[in-house]
Amino acid sequence: MNGFWAVFKRELKGYFSTPVAYVFLVVFLFFAGYLPFREGFFEVRQADLNLFFKMLPLLFVFMVPSTAMRLWAEERRTGSIELLLTLPITVPQAVLGKFFAAWTFLAIALLLTFPMPAAVFYLGEPDPGLIAAGYLGAFLMAGGFLAVGAFFSALTKNQVISFILSVAACGILVYAGMPSTLEYLSGTLPAPLLSLIESLSFQIRFDAIQRGIISVKDVAYFVILIAAWVYASMYVLEERKAN
Amino acid sequence: MIEVQQLTRRFGPIVAVDGISFQVQKGDILGFLGPNGAGKSTAMKMLACFLPPDSGTAKVCGYDIVQQPLQVRRSIGYLAENAPAYPEMTVAGFLNFVCDARGLKGAARREALDRIIPLCSIGTVYHQTIDTLSKGYKRRVGLAQALIHNPPVLILDEPTDGLDPNQKHEVRELILKMAKEKAIIISTHILEEVEQICTRAIIIARGRILANSTPQKLQADYHGTLEEVFRKITLGKKTA
Repeated sequence: MNGFWAVFKRELKGYFSTPVAYVFLVVFLFFAGYLPFREGFFEVRQADLNLFFKMLPLLFVFMVPSTAMRLWAEERRTGSIELLLTLPITVPQAVLGKFFAAWTFLAIALLLTFPMPAAVFYLGEPDPGLIAAGYLGAFLMAGGFLAVGAFFSALTKNQVISFILSVAACGILVYAGMPSTLEYLSGTLPAPLLSLIESLSFQIRFDAIQRGIISVKDVAYFVILIAAWVYASMYVLEERKAN
Repeated sequence: MIEVQQLTRRFGPIVAVDGISFQVQKGDILGFLGPNGAGKSTAMKMLACFLPPDSGTAKVCGYDIVQQPLQVRRSIGYLAENAPAYPEMTVAGFLNFVCDARGLKGAARREALDRIIPLCSIGTVYHQTIDTLSKGYKRRVGLAQALIHNPPVLILDEPTDGLDPNQKHEVRELILKMAKEKAIIISTHILEEVEQICTRAIIIARGRILANSTPQKLQADYHGTLEEVFRKITLGKKTA
């Protein structure tokens, strides 16, 4: 356990000892506020955060890979991976330590969007359960994107490559489930394949949770997805840490 | 304390380390000599459990590097080539991270830090971030990291590379100071270093051990300075 906590602590502190975290937070919070307002956050005259949560997947597609890209690519480039993995720290401990530190950081970023729910509570009487469910969904989705991003970071020394690959992968995971995409594909693909694509996408899971329906199925989807990508990064690192 | 048996590692078609075997006892300082690309670093990376060997194995303090890598890493202090560290951290933050990872807590940690900071003379830069340090200080921070848990086995990959003559001297003194109760392997290109501090020397080229002896005996056997010996052995005795 020493290994896990050592890595977790170092990583989480590391975010705040460089400007990276602050730049990320400012940009993230700006767009998390701006995008819902552009869609008419007040004009809809509803005391809920529907528009806010609706814009989050789009924002996460870009923001989460930017957090994830340095996780392993940087260690590889500077050679510090050789230091890290010759300390008594196992690869799974290091991978989990980094993953949970980054996930905690994203949770902090999400919590800092509190002015949005605060405004809605001030102006009306929203359903607090719905808002809590929305945040839970957003947190799980951030974890999913992060697991994908961490995997691509483990794959390469180059942060730019890792960023582009994970944006592409996250984009596919989100947009595959958008109604417009499914409509477009419905002309060419058979129905069973279509529903498979839909059920693999982040979008319908997040929508369901955000609407307040927290089912075991949807939560399990995110947990399994995260576990699978995290396991894949352990495998990749074990195989090619020294290349 | 270190027993290497038929250790082999390939990178694609290249055999980087080709079935090397040797032993290092407590009190020994083994100098690993060889031209660039000879396989020195690869061998050291395998001993430090960073690279798994393709075949063969080694025992460090009785622990097998393939079967018990965690125990091996606990008993080793390892300084990798170019002394990698986390540039954005301060020396204090970095050493505390290493203590966390090695499970040094409370009084044991204070004691370890009080011992290591003067030993490596890094007191003056203790609160600076690592990327603002000179090469010499970075190397010393790397050494501090390797020594902090007072390991019985030290593996140092070019510990004096890129240092000025005074710093080289300091690092050698430091190594000599600890030599009695440890088994130490260092790799180097500097032959005078081997003469000064090593009790044994292994010359390695193209992944194979070509000579395993003491520096004095090598000089006597090949009738020349260590530099001549090195050339004779690694170039296939053409210059003899």
